[in-house]
Amino acid sequence: MKPCNYNDARRGFLKKSAAIAALYLTPSVFVKAFAVDAVVPIPIAKEKLSITINGKLVQVEVDARITILNLLREELSFTGTKKGCEMGQCGACTIHINGKRTKSCLQLAVGNQNAKVTTIEGLTATDKLHPMQAAFLKHDAFQCGYCTSGQIMSAVACVREGKAKTRDSIKEYMDTNICRCGAYQNIVDAIEEVAKTGIKI
Amino acid sequence: MNTNKLNTIFWEDERVDGADKVTGKARYTAEHSLPNLAYAVFVTSTIAKGTIKNLDVSKALEMPGVLDVIYYANCPVVPGYNSNAAERPKNVSEWRGHKVLYDNKVRFFGQPIALIVADSLENANAAIRFVKADYEIEKFETNFDKARLDAANLKAPINYKRGTGNTKTVAATADGEYTIPIEVHSPMELQATIAYWEAEDKLLLYDKTQGPKSTQGTVARTFGLPEKNVRVIAENVGGAFGSSLRSWSNVPAACIAAKKLNRPVKLVLTRPQMFSLIGYRPQSWQKVNIAADAEGNFLSINHEAISNTSRYEDFREGIVDVSKFLYACENVTTKYSLLPLDLSTPIWMRGPGEATGCFALESAIDDLSYQLKMDPIALRIKNFTTINPENKLPFSDINLKACYEYGAEKIGWKNRSAVPGKLKENGWLIGYGMAVGVFGAGKGAASVRIVLSNDGKLLIECAVSDMGPGTTTSMTKIAAEAMQMPIAKIKFKLGDSDLPPGPSQGGSGTTSTVGSAVDLACKTVQQKLKEMAIQFAPVFAGATADAMEVKNEMVLLKADATKNMDIVGLLKLANQEKIDLIINSTGKTPEQLKFTSNSFSSHYVKVAVNAMNGKIKVLEVVTTGDAGKIISPKTARSQMIGGVVGGIGMALSEKLDIDHATGQIINASFGDYHVPLHSQIPKTDAWFVNKPDLNVNDIGAKGIGEIALIGFAAAVSNAVYNATGKRVRDLPITPEKLGFKTAKA
Repeated sequence: MKPCNYNDARRGFLKKSAAIAALYLTPSVFVKAFAVDAVVPIPIAKEKLSITINGKLVQVEVDARITILNLLREELSFTGTKKGCEMGQCGACTIHINGKRTKSCLQLAVGNQNAKVTTIEGLTATDKLHPMQAAFLKHDAFQCGYCTSGQIMSAVACVREGKAKTRDSIKEYMDTNICRCGAYQNIVDAIEEVAKTGIKI
Repeated sequence: MNTNKLNTIFWEDERVDGADKVTGKARYTAEHSLPNLAYAVFVTSTIAKGTIKNLDVSKALEMPGVLDVIYYANCPVVPGYNSNAAERPKNVSEWRGHKVLYDNKVRFFGQPIALIVADSLENANAAIRFVKADYEIEKFETNFDKARLDAANLKAPINYKRGTGNTKTVAATADGEYTIPIEVHSPMELQATIAYWEAEDKLLLYDKTQGPKSTQGTVARTFGLPEKNVRVIAENVGGAFGSSLRSWSNVPAACIAAKKLNRPVKLVLTRPQMFSLIGYRPQSWQKVNIAADAEGNFLSINHEAISNTSRYEDFREGIVDVSKFLYACENVTTKYSLLPLDLSTPIWMRGPGEATGCFALESAIDDLSYQLKMDPIALRIKNFTTINPENKLPFSDINLKACYEYGAEKIGWKNRSAVPGKLKENGWLIGYGMAVGVFGAGKGAASVRIVLSNDGKLLIECAVSDMGPGTTTSMTKIAAEAMQMPIAKIKFKLGDSDLPPGPSQGGSGTTSTVGSAVDLACKTVQQKLKEMAIQFAPVFAGATADAMEVKNEMVLLKADATKNMDIVGLLKLANQEKIDLIINSTGKTPEQLKFTSNSFSSHYVKVAVNAMNGKIKVLEVVTTGDAGKIISPKTARSQMIGGVVGGIGMALSEKLDIDHATGQIINASFGDYHVPLHSQIPKTDAWFVNKPDLNVNDIGAKGIGEIALIGFAAAVSNAVYNATGKRVRDLPITPEKLGFKTAKA
């Protein structure tokens, strides 16, 4: 693909995105239905991406198929965001995009041109823990720690969304995030405590 | 709760590695980066059994960024793959398990048949569908329920018999068949390996493993390398629950690719692959028969079991063992057979066979209690024993009665109806249930390096890994207590095979085994400090080591604390930069072997079953652990409530579904395989007896990882029976099995 401005790139991307997404995101066992022999392998051009991560503008050339999750982990060394399923089912990859909690495994990077991304690494600007991080630590709201980044990003959003008023509501709005070690009770304790302080997070 | 000598000066409640985990700094296997890293992905079979007649990789090789497609026809020679011992290089053992990329045979649906290596993950993934396999399909069997009915399919039965058979009058008999489907560990971190050949015969691995030493040994034996030439790093492990107790196909595949391409290769399984390539709790059928007299004394227990394995390996666990020793009973028979199916090999999953066995045994005891019109707790106390009836050795310690007392009080056992189906709250049927769990409490050999530096800091190292329970925290606490020094000055390093050998983290053995080594190492350092003080510090001239102690970072005379010297000053006085020792701790001593040692648990559950649609809710849980001294109350509690969550999944939702027409797993995702979520978890009270068991080890601590889950599913099932009068012996318990057609919340 020839160099072009972002708007053109986006249109160009959209035209081919359906085919690419179908090819890339479909589990291989179902692909027989797509008659794979008919698909001609095409080189995937790099697309220019301008994105703000934890307050810093990042301008990179990315594979059109790369998810924000893989961009963060594989290209930009933001490994605090975790990969658990790549299907939007486990919540380990939860980040904030333009202030909303989002599963980064379901977001193509080039679909988030000029977006503002916050990851676990950017939750606080200082060396001090964010109140939610401190509460997770205090309540031992994790064991292996792998789902923790996603739980904390969802927890912060849960409070900001005003859904942390009761334990039942917290649970309902945290069902987006799986913890296989089973720290749920401690996670809810942590969120409840932060919500009760009423401080703006 | 903690009554040990440590006061709050030493007590830092949070996990020592907790800050790294809440800030995203903790690095897991796939997060390590190496220059020129290539990405590998598996192509997996779409048949359950057969032969690949032709594998066309040409189109995949043409795809952008693809570096290689490795499969049976072009796989480099792996010394350990050679089945013929005579043809293998010396000291190279055969690879256990499925030899990935080795031959054109397919042994289970989803088996890796090729490995695509590319310059990016996107390019590797995009090439998967261009690998085309032509198969010759063979007849296969994945249907456990069907296959187990033909005795000819069963293999390797192990029988046990104690006593001459019951001759006394039987007042009641509990007799039932219990079935548990395949359950899958489903840890949140994906199984991953990064392999890098630093030299022709030197391999660096970042691997998700519960045992860096175990992986090191396996890889060294497979590739014909000296162990010291294989370094395995597993700094943080994102949950495993048994699934990372052995090296699966991802390990040799990454090593093979890295060798063939002469560059580091990262191989991370996908979530669907996590359902078929890293083991599972085997499917099982059990039959338990308990006969009792009118007073409730167990007259005989018969426990039969069948669990599945793969065609290419036998996997067996302790399913029937619990029935042999948990209760006093003269006449016990057990029989346990394996049923090979065309599936991958199972592996221990949290609680392993004991969780399976306890579901049946503890359900049967509950069944018996209703027949005898006895309280289930009273029935257990009636058959309580302090002597293990199987090996006739006394239990090192057993405090189940204290657990019963606490649990019954806290759950409100007095509110339980002795007749099922009698309690109702807001249209929901209410039931109470309890059950017991038990697991062996071993103590194995381990080595640690201990370094006390003249800056006053203590470093302890061991090649274990931590999958989440908090090993660094508990080891640091053991060292703090033994040395009587602040936690902040102690560092425990793990997760690297270059460190002194420690066990794999499994079977609830880490705290006992490694903790004993840490304790011994600290005591040895203290002894050295005392000797050093006598030799170099005039204040101790003529003193004996026995008259001295080390605490608060000082050496001092027990009788006169004013005669003291601080550790840092002493090391400087002796002109020693550090004390640096390797300490080897052995398994159980002859004295400890005079006992049989176990950890015990009991679980109490209050459930509600919707009278209209059968929806089941766990309302409240009390779980109690009898596991010696609790080293780290906060993390131990987390481990117990985590076991409850796993137990709720086992009881109410977890089941791997296989389409027996194709052999394909059809619910290989979190959307379809239902692990418990936030909203399904009730308030849980976790309590420990917290009494040191010094017959097991010097620190008095036993494991809790397994007992947290063992027995829990039975407690739920027993509560559901109490609520409804319907006993479900087939997990998971669903509204349909309770006789309801649909369950809409």
